[in-house]
Amino acid sequence: MIRVDVRRKAFGDEEILRDIRFDMEVGETIAILGASGIGKSTLLRLIAGIDPVFKGEIVRPDKIAMVFQEPVLLPWRSVLENLTLVHPDLGRQAAFSALERTGIADKARAFPGQLSLGQQRRLALARAFAGRPALLVMDEPYVSLDPTTADEMLALTEALIAETGPAVILVTHSEVEARRLARRRLRLSGRPATITGDMVAGPPSVSREGAS
Amino acid sequence: MNKTLQHPALVRATSLGLLLLLWIVAAELTADASVLPEPWALWEPFAKATFSGALPYHLGMTLWRVICAFVPAMAVGVALGVLMGRIPSVDRWLDPWLVVFLNLPALVLIVLCYLWIGLNEAAAIIAVVLNKIPNVATILREGARALDPNLGAMAEVYRMRPLTRLRHVVLPQLAPFIAGAARSGIAVIWKIVLVVEFLGRSSGIGFQIHFYFQLFDVAMVLVYALSFIGVMLMVEVLMLQPAESRVRRWRTA
Repeated sequence: MIRVDVRRKAFGDEEILRDIRFDMEVGETIAILGASGIGKSTLLRLIAGIDPVFKGEIVRPDKIAMVFQEPVLLPWRSVLENLTLVHPDLGRQAAFSALERTGIADKARAFPGQLSLGQQRRLALARAFAGRPALLVMDEPYVSLDPTTADEMLALTEALIAETGPAVILVTHSEVEARRLARRRLRLSGRPATITGDMVAGPPSVSREGAS
Repeated sequence: MNKTLQHPALVRATSLGLLLLLWIVAAELTADASVLPEPWALWEPFAKATFSGALPYHLGMTLWRVICAFVPAMAVGVALGVLMGRIPSVDRWLDPWLVVFLNLPALVLIVLCYLWIGLNEAAAIIAVVLNKIPNVATILREGARALDPNLGAMAEVYRMRPLTRLRHVVLPQLAPFIAGAARSGIAVIWKIVLVVEFLGRSSGIGFQIHFYFQLFDVAMVLVYALSFIGVMLMVEVLMLQPAESRVRRWRTA
């Protein structure tokens, strides 16, 4: 089980988050919605363990993966090495399979700078799922993509979530993305931000047909 | 401009040729070989010093001191610079020291090292190392400050092993700064080594220059100085440049 209990998060005197509590099970997908600058990414960094400075407690599994707003790749290492360096236990064959699954196996020897933005995002997805994480946090992963590519990426993400079955926390400001991937949607608002809406509705997380 | 005149190697050769021409013109105008001999007048003393074994021996001694000073200066300077760039409290405490040592003339450090430690090899090397560390640390501090926080977050989330992280995430980002520090380091270190030898050693290019300075033998001073410049150019072309282009391969792919 994953338990998020953030009582207070501040940068200096400015309080960003207050009293944010929710539990989730492995296999569940939660979307966190809210306006830009409200503190969604800050919350995600707390959950992922990147920022340990806050009041409260977060219970999370060991195996965590994260998809950032930018692809965040090692530009000086090949596509394949971007997988094998992050997941040293992953065999070469499994790394190739992960690239194949995301449609960039033919780019294994290229450097990330030689890929299109869409392909870089695919690599970021391959890296996230290759370690079979128990918790996957995604920080607006489809921002700055054109609608067609964003749709392809959403479909790929849905399929990979269905295959791997992690708990997923997705931060987005797109209601459409949230509805498509997550059954449960939390809305953050106010300053300091707190949960002002907790909706369980819409299609199950792995179904695409129900999205509207 | 004509395209052939823009080729880097050609421009470099032409530029060096012009410097040589300037030297010849100056030598002709001086018309006194004891003050400034023509370039070709150096061949005979060069050959003599080489075949007698004196030039290779002193060249080797200086090169050895350069290496002995370069390696610890880079190691300590890189470590210090990275610590100062990453940990603000370390930076606050050590920054005033850095400013003091950056502004301390090399000569003062050399003289003090000789006075405190004695006229020996250790004092010579320590003097050069102390002169160079602040410079390397300053360059690397900038590099450490410029580390991409997103890559750090990625390495943190995926729990990359510390050594993997250092080698594949941190060092590639610092590589241009390390290369810059190494390049300026080599250039500065060998000049300081010469001063160290000039003041208190009985071997090396600096010692020989001191010796021929007392004899007012400009030709031999030039032979020794130019020989070492030649060696340093070879280090640059054969070692530094290939190493740099290897770590930059991903940028040009």
